[in-house]
Amino acid sequence: MVKVILPELGEGIEKAMVSYWYFKEGEKVNAKDDLVELTTDKATFNLPSPCSGILSEIFFREGDSVNIGEILGIIDES
Amino acid sequence: MMPFKIFNLGLVDFKKVWGFQKEIFLAVKNRELPSALILCQHYPVITLGRSADKKNILLSEAELRNRGIQTYKIERGGDITYHGPGQLMVYPIFNLNLFKKDIHWFLRQLEEVVIDYLSDLGVKSERRFGLTGVWINGRKIASIGIAIKNWISFHGLSLNIKRDDLLNFNHIRPCGMDIEMTALEEIIGRDIEVEGIKEDLIHKMRDIFSYPQVTLSCSERR
Repeated sequence: MVKVILPELGEGIEKAMVSYWYFKEGEKVNAKDDLVELTTDKATFNLPSPCSGILSEIFFREGDSVNIGEILGIIDES
Repeated sequence: MMPFKIFNLGLVDFKKVWGFQKEIFLAVKNRELPSALILCQHYPVITLGRSADKKNILLSEAELRNRGIQTYKIERGGDITYHGPGQLMVYPIFNLNLFKKDIHWFLRQLEEVVIDYLSDLGVKSERRFGLTGVWINGRKIASIGIAIKNWISFHGLSLNIKRDDLLNFNHIRPCGMDIEMTALEEIIGRDIEVEGIKEDLIHKMRDIFSYPQVTLSCSERR
């Protein structure tokens, strides 16, 4: 079980909004695949998958706001 | 200094440059290029960023077609904006792994390029807290909206140069707000050719991105 965590994005940025999941729950992902797109004011960015496995859970849906350090989802490596 | 390759494209269709950006992005990602800077002007186009609301286009689809204004939904941050001839488009495809992995820093650096360039012309401009872009007396002269993948940037900034071009902003609510735009010609009070300022802006880009940190203006400090 690997947690997908919203990393530090830079000074002064405390949260971002989930704008697009490239995969659905239950789908297989490869390490470094674009996993989820997030949006801050004036910038969008993609978070790559930290490992290969099954995207078993998504905690924040499109349109949800996420704080830095929060868990976006879980990837099951088994 | 971080080298970057310059692509000076003249007046080009937005969609073509959008595709070209993606090609260059891949070249930077594959380390075939360290970083790149694309400069151009666009034919009239309205682009909608990820947080855009179509209600902020004030013309019907038929009216847009009649005026030859295309619309695209794109992957940059921000709401809605207009681009057309008379605006200088600056697309930095920068590998931030080689600069600094900091979105806030990158946005502020882009603002600094414009603020510093305008200052050389004797024009005082500023940041407004929470409103990315560059402003002169409450009116916006440069808009910024970027996308980042693998810490490589694309999309970028537009600088309003020709005063005639400003009329087209009346067809939208820029950034979803009642923002008044201005252009360099309007501020300086004489004709300026977009092509003529590219070289200075490239130099400024090199200067600003040579240093790891910019000194932020007072309005930016909390």
